[in-house]
Amino acid sequence: MATINLNVNGKKQTVNVDPKTPVLWVLRDHLGLVGTKFGCGMAQCGACTIHLQGIAVRSCQLPVSSVENKEITTIEGLSEDGEHPVQKAWLEHDVPQCGYCQAGQIMSAAALLKKNPNPTDEQIKTAMQGNLCRCGTYLRIKAAIHSAAKM
Amino acid sequence: MILSFGALAEFASTKSDSIFLDGQGAAELNSFIKIASDGSITLMSANPEFGSNVKTSMPMILAEELDVDWKNVVVEQANFLPKRFDRQFTGGSQGIRLGWKPLRKSGATARKMLIDAAAKTWNVPAEQVTTELGILYHKPSNKSASYGEMASLAATLEVPKEVPLKNNGEFKIVGTSKKNVDGKKLVTGKPLFAMDYSREGMLFATVAHAPFGMKIKSVDDAAAKAMPGIKDIFVIKTLPDNYERTFFDTNAFDELVVVVGNSTWEVFNAKKALKIEWEKAEAKTVVVKGWNGKETVNIPGVLESTVDHKKQMLERSKQPGTILRKDGDPETAFKNAKKVIERTYTAPYLAHNTMEPVNCFAHVTGDKAEIYGPTQAPEGISHTIAARLGIDIEKVDIKLARMGGGFGLRAYSHHMVEAAVISQKMNAPIKMVYTREEDMTNGIYRPTYIATFKAGLDKDNNLIAFSVKGGGIPEHSVHANRFPAGAVDNYLAEGWALDSNISVGAFRAPRSNFIGGAEQSFLDEVAEAAGKDPIAFRLELFERAKKNPVGKDNDYDVDRYAGVLKLVQEKSKWSEPRRDVHRGVAAYFCHNTYVAQVIELSLNKNNPVIHKVHAAVDCGVVVNPDAAANMAEGGIVDGIGNSLFGEMSFANGVPQKNNFHQYQMIRQLEAPNAIDVHFVKNDIDPTGLGEPLFPPIFAAMANALYKATGKRFYNQPFGKDIHAPAPSKLDTKGVKS
Repeated sequence: MATINLNVNGKKQTVNVDPKTPVLWVLRDHLGLVGTKFGCGMAQCGACTIHLQGIAVRSCQLPVSSVENKEITTIEGLSEDGEHPVQKAWLEHDVPQCGYCQAGQIMSAAALLKKNPNPTDEQIKTAMQGNLCRCGTYLRIKAAIHSAAKM
Repeated sequence: MILSFGALAEFASTKSDSIFLDGQGAAELNSFIKIASDGSITLMSANPEFGSNVKTSMPMILAEELDVDWKNVVVEQANFLPKRFDRQFTGGSQGIRLGWKPLRKSGATARKMLIDAAAKTWNVPAEQVTTELGILYHKPSNKSASYGEMASLAATLEVPKEVPLKNNGEFKIVGTSKKNVDGKKLVTGKPLFAMDYSREGMLFATVAHAPFGMKIKSVDDAAAKAMPGIKDIFVIKTLPDNYERTFFDTNAFDELVVVVGNSTWEVFNAKKALKIEWEKAEAKTVVVKGWNGKETVNIPGVLESTVDHKKQMLERSKQPGTILRKDGDPETAFKNAKKVIERTYTAPYLAHNTMEPVNCFAHVTGDKAEIYGPTQAPEGISHTIAARLGIDIEKVDIKLARMGGGFGLRAYSHHMVEAAVISQKMNAPIKMVYTREEDMTNGIYRPTYIATFKAGLDKDNNLIAFSVKGGGIPEHSVHANRFPAGAVDNYLAEGWALDSNISVGAFRAPRSNFIGGAEQSFLDEVAEAAGKDPIAFRLELFERAKKNPVGKDNDYDVDRYAGVLKLVQEKSKWSEPRRDVHRGVAAYFCHNTYVAQVIELSLNKNNPVIHKVHAAVDCGVVVNPDAAANMAEGGIVDGIGNSLFGEMSFANGVPQKNNFHQYQMIRQLEAPNAIDVHFVKNDIDPTGLGEPLFPPIFAAMANALYKATGKRFYNQPFGKDIHAPAPSKLDTKGVKS
């Protein structure tokens, strides 16, 4: 066990956990931030995507000791009230079916647009390849990213 | 055991429309409708939501007949309350179809009670009271009142027995696109899933299971128990002794090893430190109360492997099966045929791989059990929980979580029993979470199937004989009365099955998800052998089935079936030759909805690039068009993924894939670039969309890949065969001329 100082969604937090604990489980079980989802535990599905210093990362394979005092953003902190262009575009296209993977999809999409404000179809597909959606909403995800780019 | 949900159509509405409860703050006009004095309307969504949009689309039907402004509606997920609601079940694409009439009646009945309350208050004839968007009017006296003002009186009035329903032309909400009622919560990460639930004092649990065909011999938990945060490790029994299983009690494992601790990650870690020895389980029989009475199912005491399954199925295929339907004299017709084409198709087991791994919250206190978890079918499992805990069924309180995918998996809810047993044992609220590896290897899989089709053509290339012999482990997939039954004079359908200890269950469009694609691939090949266009060939058969149908029980409407084919023919511009893409077509009718699809693809270094999919769908009235299109797109994408990659295999009872690094799923780069969904416009009562788009896309894919590669694709998944060299000439095995 170790005391770890975190900066999550602009808020300083301290947790007392095994330093090897993945950030995903610190967020979910210790900080009650359950928007970040558990899907596979081995960075294969993207459901747990968060931003670390603005970059999209898979939180299920990221030891909490490695993110001390670094800026973490989760779906809960992406915007004040769902006003991020990606979130608005997601609603405009009514993307979700079951919705479980969508927080991860949105975090990957938001990071993509930060880096590349006007991505092509191919750039979107490549950037979003790490996020699985078993419901098959890929076309709407792509369309929503194009819409968000225009906002 | 038959996995079709067709029998669930028997769950007709029988409950009283009106149940009055006091002290809720709002007047309840019936089980589905609450109206507060400020005019806010709460509509209950009775069916569990797994992504098919029932939580939005079904309340739209209520709102339509209630005549309210959708903007003022709040939808609430109902708990499992069998005394208040019928058929709290999601599956079989039946939600909208079976909800249509009862929901309309509930809405219209509540509206009539509000009218009666206004008539009474204003002392005017009820016939003169009208409604519009939640306002009551008596135009002759210029009086008006909101529903909220009349709701408490309305709730005390007699429930009218017969109420008129709107004509389809009068719909204001049905047929317009409404956004997902949970959309905002989903995109902002609000807790909606059981996985997200927590409670003060809650412990975390995870489980370990044996390979199929084995059981626990011993557990060495010393190392695991010493790990930080671990509370207890023990073995649970998942079913009561001598329990008579119901249809939904599918569960391969009588015993599980359980790890309980303070956090998910700690119990996952401790599970890895367990040293469990397995031993072979004995063969046994279990009695299952199915739709057609009790059935005895043999569970062999062997360690099964995919290589053996394949051999066993091919061997068994050589023998006759049980005759399911026979028209005319197929034996003689095949002898007299000018050409005979025989082809065998196979498909592997599939894992559901819902994005939300299996999990459940439970808190058992004394003689009460509180359960919150993902389930498509709470009713069945409520009995199992009561029996296993030894408590009264009335004391099992199941709350319905939004599910992170279902696809049939969550019709089987053994996880709810497991969570309840763990909570009882720990005397604490617990959340049980499966690792992805547990989820994928402790599955209830789509069965593995095989089917041999045979067609006989006369000298003029008319289809004079057709047979299908389907088998599988542990069920076959033949629907004997489906097309082309009814369109061929001489027809034979047979089925057989082999026993297995690998648990199987419903998977998006059970049975159709194999036989539909196999049949439609075969018809493509037969059309080619007959020298006919694949759409024209099918339309000829439909013409035949319409003019002079063979047999009586043909399970399709010829005009609607042909209608979707003609629509996709038109929308895809099928008759115009294309040089830039390879095209494949397929059509199928299942779960009460007609679908035809055309895939346009090309190959990029042997990888299919899907440029566009055209789909024509006849599901009657389309309640929520944009959500319906979303569902249709999802079925297509999921089907393409499974046709190319979907496969679970076994070696000595051990599933050979346990996470997404091994189990390939469709992702962005493999998804179609575009999908155009066209709905047939008619006034027929609506049918479902969760499943019907799935089966035919396997054939559209195989048929398009044939055009691209010159090879026919008989064995799913197709992806690994695309890379194999093309045959020097078309395989003509079984063709005599």
